[in-house]
Amino acid sequence: MASATTTTAATTMTKDVILKVEHLSMRFGGLMAINDFSFEAYRGEITALIGPNGAGKTTVFNCITGFYKPTMGMITMRQKSGKEYLLERLPDFEITKQAKVARTFQNIRLFSGLTVLENLLVAQHNNLMRASGYTILGLLGFPAYKQASKESIELAKHWLERASLIDRADDPAGDLPYGAQRRLEIARAMCTGPELLCLDEPAAGLNPRESLALNDLLQGVRKDTGASILLIEHDMSVVMEISDHVVVLEYGQKISDGNPEFVKNDPKVIAAYLGVEDDEVEDVIAEVEGEEGGLK
Amino acid sequence: MQYFVQQLVNGLTLGSIYGMIAIGYTMVYGIIGMINFAHGDIFMLGGFAALIVFLVLTSLFAGVPVVLALLVMMIVAMLTAALWNWTIEKVAYRPLRGSFRLAPLITAIGMSIALSNFIQVTQGPRNKPIPPLVSSVYDVFGISISLKQIIIIAVTAILLTIFWYIVNKTPLGRAQRATEQDRKMAALLGIDVDRTISVTFIMGAALAAVAGTMYLMYYGVVVFTDGFIPGVKAFTAAVLGGIGSLPGAVLGGLLIGLIESLWSAYFSIDYKDVATFSILAIVLIFKPSGILGRPEVEKV
Repeated sequence: MASATTTTAATTMTKDVILKVEHLSMRFGGLMAINDFSFEAYRGEITALIGPNGAGKTTVFNCITGFYKPTMGMITMRQKSGKEYLLERLPDFEITKQAKVARTFQNIRLFSGLTVLENLLVAQHNNLMRASGYTILGLLGFPAYKQASKESIELAKHWLERASLIDRADDPAGDLPYGAQRRLEIARAMCTGPELLCLDEPAAGLNPRESLALNDLLQGVRKDTGASILLIEHDMSVVMEISDHVVVLEYGQKISDGNPEFVKNDPKVIAAYLGVEDDEVEDVIAEVEGEEGGLK
Repeated sequence: MQYFVQQLVNGLTLGSIYGMIAIGYTMVYGIIGMINFAHGDIFMLGGFAALIVFLVLTSLFAGVPVVLALLVMMIVAMLTAALWNWTIEKVAYRPLRGSFRLAPLITAIGMSIALSNFIQVTQGPRNKPIPPLVSSVYDVFGISISLKQIIIIAVTAILLTIFWYIVNKTPLGRAQRATEQDRKMAALLGIDVDRTISVTFIMGAALAAVAGTMYLMYYGVVVFTDGFIPGVKAFTAAVLGGIGSLPGAVLGGLLIGLIESLWSAYFSIDYKDVATFSILAIVLIFKPSGILGRPEVEKV
């Protein structure tokens, strides 16, 4: 038990931090949705944020991606180039454009009236706008714009293939089945060229096969683009399977932080998930330690 | 038969002007869900800008070619109207975004009154005439088509093609359509939503200003109240075609123009507005989302 904590602490020292959340608090009227929450996500890793319903996970995401302005705290995004951005101070569209943080939602938010391909091209808006001289040069058919537009379609095609949606490129996004829409959302987020990808329950409502396809897509994203992933997930099989680092949140406070193995056996986490009374936590701790002793 | 075709041509001309104004209504409605009642006055303002440019041009250079004069009038009117609409959006509508739904609507009515009064004070309350710019009339199989009509229909067709291309094929148009569907999500993909909305206002105003210039050329007169009736008609056109739909706005505009000219020709010219608005009422009863509008389906 003790050895597990020290190893996580030791690896933390050497790892490259991409996102640093410090003393984040968010208050809605009298409700303290997040209370003094701090954690770090490391570059190239998949970090999972888990916790029981209503723990404040989505609120954390909303603070990171500029939906909410946090009541207190600092959220620092450090890019590969070493540039740092304070996310709580950026206007929402700059978070994607400058800081290179992309996100998806718990409920799917595709542009259902646009085609699948257009959904991916919208995500490359800023590049295309610059290349088309804010539309004017593009209208006159300047070669730089044609080149940029060809490249953006190539990138879109690449992600359509990764998400196995290439056959449906010209269908309205709203016509896709649910699992495909989830993959398209991730592909769209990747088309913004993010360094950090925030996924809010990507596996929600997927059947086991779609869930597997999603795992592959996420592993591929990390391996090939070097993007780091921060995800909220309820499906423990997904969390334990793909994440390198798990942060557990309950009632807006962090109760555990470490590798999946460590978190899985943390008595506080077990108590939070199984709903044990406060005075019974001691018993659970004893039980878990007993089991571990028994295994050894 | 000749009489009927003649009325069709007249109706199409009028309809083109309504259609160009209607696009501004429908685009702004599509992207931020508000009716910009000041849009009709932007159209009138475009007409006045064209008038002033015309007077300046003819007094500075006597005998300036008509084509050149019209082109300069159109461009200056577009720039002026675009600047006005951009400013109005910035100072009057943007601060109210996210407030309750009626607030921007009431502000828009206020802006409409402010604009027409501004023109009344600065330009005077009387009709402002210009001498006929183009007066040739062609006789095609007994139907007289004036050059003015040809210019109006051609300009409309060209501008609508450019416009259609921008909205459907360029990154800007894609951003506009995305913003229309989900503003927050568009922002999360790095689209500057405020700027996209500003550009929408600018585009709408530019088209309205062209319509204003055409109106001035066609009727040879403009007055500060001119924003109201054509504005309301164009708004009707947008609703008739299905508000939020670009082809719908053009179709609605043409239909309103045709109904108006056919009704005036065969029935009574005094009741042409009654006819127009009755047809609007009938369409709204049987097809509330307009001709090309998408009905809002709520998924349960």
